[in-house]
This record gives sequence, structure tokens and C-alpha cells, in this order.
Amino acid sequence: MAFTREEVQRVATLSRLRLTSGEEERLAEQLDRILQYMEKLNQLDTREVEPFAHAVDPVNALREDTVTNQPNAEALLANAPAKEKTFFQVPKILE
Amino acid sequence: MNLSALTLHEASKRLRSRELSSQELTEAVFQRISEAEEKVQSYLTLCKDSALEQAKRADALLKAGANLNPLLGIPIAVKDNFLTLGIKTTCASKILDDFIPPYDATVVKNIRAAGAVITGKTNLDEFAMGSSTENSAFFPTRNPWDATRVPGGSSGGSAAAVAADECIASLGTDTGGSIRQPAACCGIVGLKPTYGRVSRYGIIAFASSMDQVGPLTKNVEDCALVLQAIAGHDPRDSTSADKFVPTYAAALTSDIKALRLGIPKEYFTSGMQPEVANAVRQAISQLAQHGAIVEEISLPHTEYAVAVYYIVATAEASSNLARYDGMRYGYRAPARDLAESYMLSREAGFGTEVKRRIILGTYVLSAGYYDAYYLKAQKVRALIKRDFDEAFKTCDAIITPTAPTTAFKIGEKIQDPLQMYLSDLCTISVNLAGLPALSLPCGFDSQGLPVGIQMIGKHFDESTILNIAYAYEQSTKWHKQKPKL
Repeated sequence: MAFTREEVQRVATLSRLRLTSGEEERLAEQLDRILQYMEKLNQLDTREVEPFAHAVDPVNALREDTVTNQPNAEALLANAPAKEKTFFQVPKILE
Repeated sequence: MNLSALTLHEASKRLRSRELSSQELTEAVFQRISEAEEKVQSYLTLCKDSALEQAKRADALLKAGANLNPLLGIPIAVKDNFLTLGIKTTCASKILDDFIPPYDATVVKNIRAAGAVITGKTNLDEFAMGSSTENSAFFPTRNPWDATRVPGGSSGGSAAAVAADECIASLGTDTGGSIRQPAACCGIVGLKPTYGRVSRYGIIAFASSMDQVGPLTKNVEDCALVLQAIAGHDPRDSTSADKFVPTYAAALTSDIKALRLGIPKEYFTSGMQPEVANAVRQAISQLAQHGAIVEEISLPHTEYAVAVYYIVATAEASSNLARYDGMRYGYRAPARDLAESYMLSREAGFGTEVKRRIILGTYVLSAGYYDAYYLKAQKVRALIKRDFDEAFKTCDAIITPTAPTTAFKIGEKIQDPLQMYLSDLCTISVNLAGLPALSLPCGFDSQGLPVGIQMIGKHFDESTILNIAYAYEQSTKWHKQKPKL
């Protein structure tokens, strides 16, 4: 099996996800099957193919460097899980 | 007939001639919701009070004859991944359980400006990841034609609400078929516009190189009217195209003489339900009777589309969903430190399918695997797009089934993610190539479940596929059949 439980654990940590051991086992099994299915892409020789970049002609969207929105701290803080005055309150990151 | 069964076009005509008020129409829709919702469960949030307020304002405008937009006074449902100012927006996820957006998505702003009445927010697969609406963190929506079956997904709530007359029209999003496949399952019309045609500003991102907003409606004319209200350039979405928007309703002439329709042989596979293939083939011969030139074509890389899609879409999703960290909004779990806070919030906030896709997406982007999976997929994606570019040198549109089967049973595929992914077989190439495509009803199977036909157009040529669909619809009665609830 290419996609082992250890691999699931490694990627879960990269993704900042914690999984139960049941989930880990099921995911390893399912992802292994899904990745096996994706192996079919290797049937194609793509050495000369430029990777896809954009569906339609890409044009850089530029604008003047000016403020276009009205700052509204109250509205932006309304969904904060924790706040103090006009600040988001977050867990300590330095001891 | 109940007023909620009116099409948008009919309702708009009656509103403008003042034989019907928006308040009456809105009341009728909420009456229908109160009867049907127990069985169908299309809505996550209902907005009756604000809807009646909007209806009152629409009636005042109609009386003054000031605003003659066809959406004025029309009750419209919106998928719950569109940000709506002051209306809870969950994306059917526990991580956004109590999220109230501080602004409107551009399309929501547009339909509000047109005078539409927003009935509520419809159910979806969590973060639009799924093909059955069973991945909603709250409850599954049921197919109005058969309550033991799925309505398709991820815009299952938006499709079921239209089919059950719980709104006059609705808005959805389509990343791999999420408008077209539920439209097919529920027997209605659904359009995914060209990538860039409609603004995604304020739409909760899933896979940004493919996400697109579009209408779900009772017929083709309604589809053209809703598209008109939402299409166009938006400086707030850097991928939105600054291109001329034609008058879509004017394209509906029913004249499809000498239009060249390509039928890709790869879309009629052995795994397809025979009744679906038959209904679609019959519809194609009807189009030929209307004077269209039908020819078999080949899109040789079709069989690789599902693999490409589930690499690209999950890679983009893993990156887009990194923002749900429980710091500025969304669910935050109690924890000892920052790292644990991220882990526990995301563990409790995301459902199984979302976790599966984040893990898969992170894996295909991670060191050592990027070239083998992500880069490889983007190369094959270029080949898939090239197939379409070649086909459109000789075709004006491409016709296929929308889905390999009619609506499947609730629970049938939920334990087998790969089988679930394969139900997007016919729709995902369109997203990979950024093309416009619509689904409309073309018959029923022996169990009375609707079958959908897909029409794929050239980039920014929604007009042609709308007209082909209109020509077909004018000569059939499929779209007039209603589920018995």
C-alpha cells in the first residue's frame, strides 16, 4: 500500500488537522485507492506539454493603489471567536 | 395552479401588469416552503421577514413603473456559500456555524439591485465538496421526485428548491458539475457560465481555477434572464473578464439551422445507464430535425478528467481552506496553545469529505509529490483543454449527457468516495477547460426520475447553448412536468 497510516499522519500535521485513529485508517485505505486511480495519468507522455495556466487569455488585473473600502473594525470583529477592544484575541504564540 | 409554480418570466409579466403583487407571490412561495420543506429540506436558513420587506419595496417600484428589471419582485434562493450581508452563511460547515458576513457577494448585490426577493440560503455539500448534498454538516436534502434519492450536488438545495417550487429561481456554484448535475437530477435547467463571466467576489472559495456562479431555473428563458442580472465584469474579482455581455434573451430565436453539434463518443461509455444514453440520443435526433448538423467527434483525453480534477481541485481546496484557523472568525476550540488550537478547531469544524480533500490536496502539493501529481495533472489538463479547442474548430456546441445515471439513492455512494467522484464524469472537463455549459431536462427513466442533457459552448458563448436549449425545450414538455410532493 502506497498511502500508509504514517503518511496520513504526516500530511494531516502539514494540514493542521487532527484525525482519530479510525479516521486515519479509513483515510489511508481510501486515499490509497484514489491515488491508484490517478496512476492512469502516467499512461500519457507529457514531456512536451506546457502545464495549464489559465482557462481564458490571462490579463493582469491592475488598479490604482488607493483605499476603496471603508474600514469598519466593528463589523470585522463581529465574528471574532475572542476579542478585546479593537483587537482579535488569539492564543499566546511566545512564552 | 399555485403561484409559486410560475416561471420567472411568467411571474415577472404578471407583476409588471399589476395582476399580481410581489407580496402575494412571496407569500405563496413561503406557503409552499411550509408544505414541502419537511420532505425536501432545501433550505438551511429562511429569510421570511426580510423577504416580505423586499417584496413590499418591489411592489412600490412596480407601482411607480420605475425599475423594469425582470428580477424585480421575484423570490430567489441563494446557495449558502454566497456571502449575504447580515444573513448567516455557513457553507454547510460547522466551522462557519454562526458566521454572519459583513458584506454581500457581488452577485448578491446585483440581484438585490435588480429588486429580487431573497427567500433564504440553500443546502449544499460542505464547502461545495460533493455530488449528493449528503456531505452537508446539518442534514441531507432530498430529491423532490423521490425522497429516498439525492438531489445531486453540491448545489442540491438550490436545485431541489426550484424543482419543488420553493422559490422561482435560485443561484448556485459549479466547480466540477455542482449546478448541472443537481439540475439534471431534479429535472430543471442549470447553467455554469464561462470562467470569468460572473464575479466570484464574496463566494466562499473551493477551487479557484474552476469555481463559477450560475442560475438554476424552471426553463431556459428564465436562465437567460438570471444570467443577464449576474454576468459582467467586477473589479473586485481579478479573474472576472472585462468583456462585452450580450442580451441573452435576444439570442433565444429557436433557429438552430446549420449549427454544428459535436457528439463526443467518449461520453457514451458502457457504465452509463442505458435509459440516460437513449434519452440523450433521442434529444440529439430532435435537434437534427430542427436543422442542426450532428456529427460524432472525439475528445480523446476525457477518461483522464476525473483524475486531473481530483488532483487540481483538492490541491486548490487545501490551500483555500487554510484560512479556517479559528482566529478571526469561525469555530475555535479551547486549547493549550496556538498549534493545538488550529488542530482541534479544524478537527471539530470540518466534516469527513472536507478532511479527505484537504489531506489529498496537501499530499499532491507536498515536497516529492508535486511533480508526479500536481504538475502532471496540470499538463493533462492542458491536453483536455486542447481537445475542446480542436473540437470547437468544427463545432458550434458539444452535446453530452449531464450525468451517467439519474439520481442515486441516499447512502448509496457515501462510503465509496471514488464512486461518488465518478458521478461527475460528464461535467468536470468543462470546468477544467473553463467553458460554459448547461443542463436541461430531456426525459425520464422507467422510475420516473429526470434525465439531463448537457450542452457545452465556446468560451463566452453562452448565447449559442441557451438558444439550442431553447429550441429543444420549445418542442418538448419535459420541463413542464412537476414532482408530486
